[in-house]
Amino acid sequence: MLKIFRAVVAGVILAGSLGWAGCSRGGDGLVIYSGRNKNLVGPLLDKFERDTGIDIQVKYSDTGEALATLLEEGQSTNADVFLSQDAGALGILAERGRLVRLPQDLLDLVDERFRHGDGRWVGVTGRARVIAYNTDILDVSEVPDSALDVVDPKWKGKVGFPPTNASFIAFVASLREQFGHERARAFLQGLKDNDAKRYDNNLLTLDAIANGEVQLGLVNHYYLHAELKERGDAPVANHYPGQEPGQEGTFVNVSGLGILKGTDRSEDADRFVRYLLGPEAQAFFRDETAEYPMRKGVDALSELPALDQLRTVDIQLSSIGDDLKAAVQLIKDVGLS
Amino acid sequence: MASRRPALHRGPRAPLVLRLAGLGVAAATVLPIAHLAVRAGEAEDAGSLVVSPRVLRFVWATVGLGLTVTLLSLVIGVGVAWLLDRTDIPGRRMLAVGAVLPLVVPTYVGALALLAAFGPGGLAFELRGIVGFWGATAALTLSTFPYVLLPVRSALATADPALEEAAQALGDGRRTAFRRAVLPQVRPAAAAGALLVFLYVLSDFGAVSIMRYDTLTRGIFLEYRSAFNRSSAAVLGVLLVVLTLLALAGERRARGRMVARSAASSAGRASSVTLGPWRWPAFTAVIALVSAGTGLPVGVLTYWALRGASRADGDALVGAVGTSTGLSLGAAAAAVMIAVPVSVLVVRHRSRFSRIIETLATAGYALPGLVVALALVFFASQYLSPLYQTFMIVVVAYVVRFFPEALGAVQSSLVRIDPVLEEAGRSLGRSRLDLARTVTVPLLRGGLVAGAALVFLTAMKELPATLLLLPAGSDTLATLVWTGAADGRYAQAAPPALLVVAISALVLWPLDRVRDRRPRQ
Repeated sequence: MLKIFRAVVAGVILAGSLGWAGCSRGGDGLVIYSGRNKNLVGPLLDKFERDTGIDIQVKYSDTGEALATLLEEGQSTNADVFLSQDAGALGILAERGRLVRLPQDLLDLVDERFRHGDGRWVGVTGRARVIAYNTDILDVSEVPDSALDVVDPKWKGKVGFPPTNASFIAFVASLREQFGHERARAFLQGLKDNDAKRYDNNLLTLDAIANGEVQLGLVNHYYLHAELKERGDAPVANHYPGQEPGQEGTFVNVSGLGILKGTDRSEDADRFVRYLLGPEAQAFFRDETAEYPMRKGVDALSELPALDQLRTVDIQLSSIGDDLKAAVQLIKDVGLS
Repeated sequence: MASRRPALHRGPRAPLVLRLAGLGVAAATVLPIAHLAVRAGEAEDAGSLVVSPRVLRFVWATVGLGLTVTLLSLVIGVGVAWLLDRTDIPGRRMLAVGAVLPLVVPTYVGALALLAAFGPGGLAFELRGIVGFWGATAALTLSTFPYVLLPVRSALATADPALEEAAQALGDGRRTAFRRAVLPQVRPAAAAGALLVFLYVLSDFGAVSIMRYDTLTRGIFLEYRSAFNRSSAAVLGVLLVVLTLLALAGERRARGRMVARSAASSAGRASSVTLGPWRWPAFTAVIALVSAGTGLPVGVLTYWALRGASRADGDALVGAVGTSTGLSLGAAAAAVMIAVPVSVLVVRHRSRFSRIIETLATAGYALPGLVVALALVFFASQYLSPLYQTFMIVVVAYVVRFFPEALGAVQSSLVRIDPVLEEAGRSLGRSRLDLARTVTVPLLRGGLVAGAALVFLTAMKELPATLLLLPAGSDTLATLVWTGAADGRYAQAAPPALLVVAISALVLWPLDRVRDRRPRQ
């Protein structure tokens, strides 16, 4: 038995020395905090390293958790770049003065709708909020034309949505801005009264649509493409809502990035931003994740409606911060989260 | 009830080294709590938030889930322990390992598997109402009842069968003898296990998020993840701490003052109950439990691995096996080594000081991993920057989170060792340290092994703290599972999840043999 005890002690010493030896915290390399999944951006970041010879260290987590980490670390953070899943988290960092202003020529690559008004962050990819539906159950002609119509009693119990997903919250914020607080509240109340089913995230919502638990749902457009990659026979398709004249349009949110103040590698960081907005990286996102490229002149996948032909919700993503807070409160007040 | 209470060493005579160990452990738990308090203080609307109907609903839901899961775990844990240790149930050895395995299934994997099998459009059949309270209850009970089973088995193995036999000789039926002679002896172990279950439920995010059941911890994660509001998150965190302290006070009461103590070496092997016609039904029931807790997740994972198009990266898996095992071993060893002096302090030097240390050391268990991780992020990045983002800090996080598992196991071994043994040694002129090495620690080994194993198994599946604290560029098996599952690539997520289960089973197998050998010595 003492043998076991000795083995355990040896284990500790081993783990301890691994800790010391293996990981002196790298002052080397560009440190990137990524709120985006390694599966999505990992290959591209590896390619950046190979193409430029710049060493990078990537820390992957959830966007909200990466943001919380950056806030706790404060000025002593080692991070140079924050790669965010959505505009809201970047907005909070910008508001707190934690992001540097990006070079104008970089900003100019992206449509004004999809970057910070003062140039503190820039969108890299776009994602449309769509209505996904089960193609075994519904024909596209039966799918509502407007996201607002899913509260119609005929969809009672047949709609799924992720009330706590950051993109859904941004969508509610856009409704508030576009139609006012009361209309947004009525929509949420309608979802509740209509027994719309709540899911933890876009992916689980889409799974529920695919297995027929619900018939349609409000999700980001590109999850469909991920689902079809994993399971080619999944009976799901996307419908882009609000496209008729006079309707609200489709809400487009962005993933984006910003450079942290206090970085000691601003040149490398600039190169990184430039790389992600470059034609090659933009084509990578289009082909791998089916997101909308943000660089002007790089086309989306041909099966998606082109961004410049899509009626999009007219909202300033850069000033969405306070609206997000109000949207979260509204979702809570109605009792959806 | 208090008649068997042993003479206690009271007062401030605890050696300095013990008090320092206790203070160190308490400080490690106070750190995240203090951090929560500071962040909560930054909330503009803390007062109105605490009394809002939504938050009260969270509190109510959390308490309801915690009590239900604890109750079910107690029934299942004590029942299965009795079947395994006191009856002639067939396949005991296999069942004994199998019944602990659910412990190693991450709760979000267990919950996903339940949904995949019994959810709407599931692989098996649809159970109505599985989403929500009952689903969360099932997922959590299946993965936490071993916290009761393990200590109760170890208490049964060392319980003095003479008492039971005496009760029967005095005319009690088997059932009455069990209630009067056996239950009191396993009560402290069962209460300690139940406390771990309750606190685990408070801290769990995996099962409640998949089952969409709103608890305080889910609320905390959502504040960080979707509302980006850390001060509201902290207000909910403070409420969670309050709940935890109430639970600790409750357990103290339930555990009572009774401490069963009998020198393990004097105990013969208890006679075994003949189940007769109930042998196979009992066997089937335990098998069903093991199937639901482990077989189902493993089956669903295997199905996903085969069905999906994505693939796990072999090199990454190999690296992650090393990292996961090294970190978990480190945490297990550190936790039991710290648990020894703290247990001695708590068991042998009862005082207000030692009670406070015990309470604080246990409270860390109820804190969600994210809360512990962010406190360490803050503290280490500001004041310990050479340690920040090293494996060391991950081990620290595991020890803060899982220390009570080690403490409970070591403590319950220690209370069964009569201090007379050490006093005799001291009167023979042996030094304290020498006695600790030659007498106390060898007698404690059952508890040390059990405690280390529990910490190891829990650390293997830890995700939230690992994700934030792991050095950039490294992965554990749990983070690989997360990377795949968060992206819908279940076939990629399945192999690392299966490896967590397989490695843990390898650890449990010898553990059970060690345990079984003890009473025969």
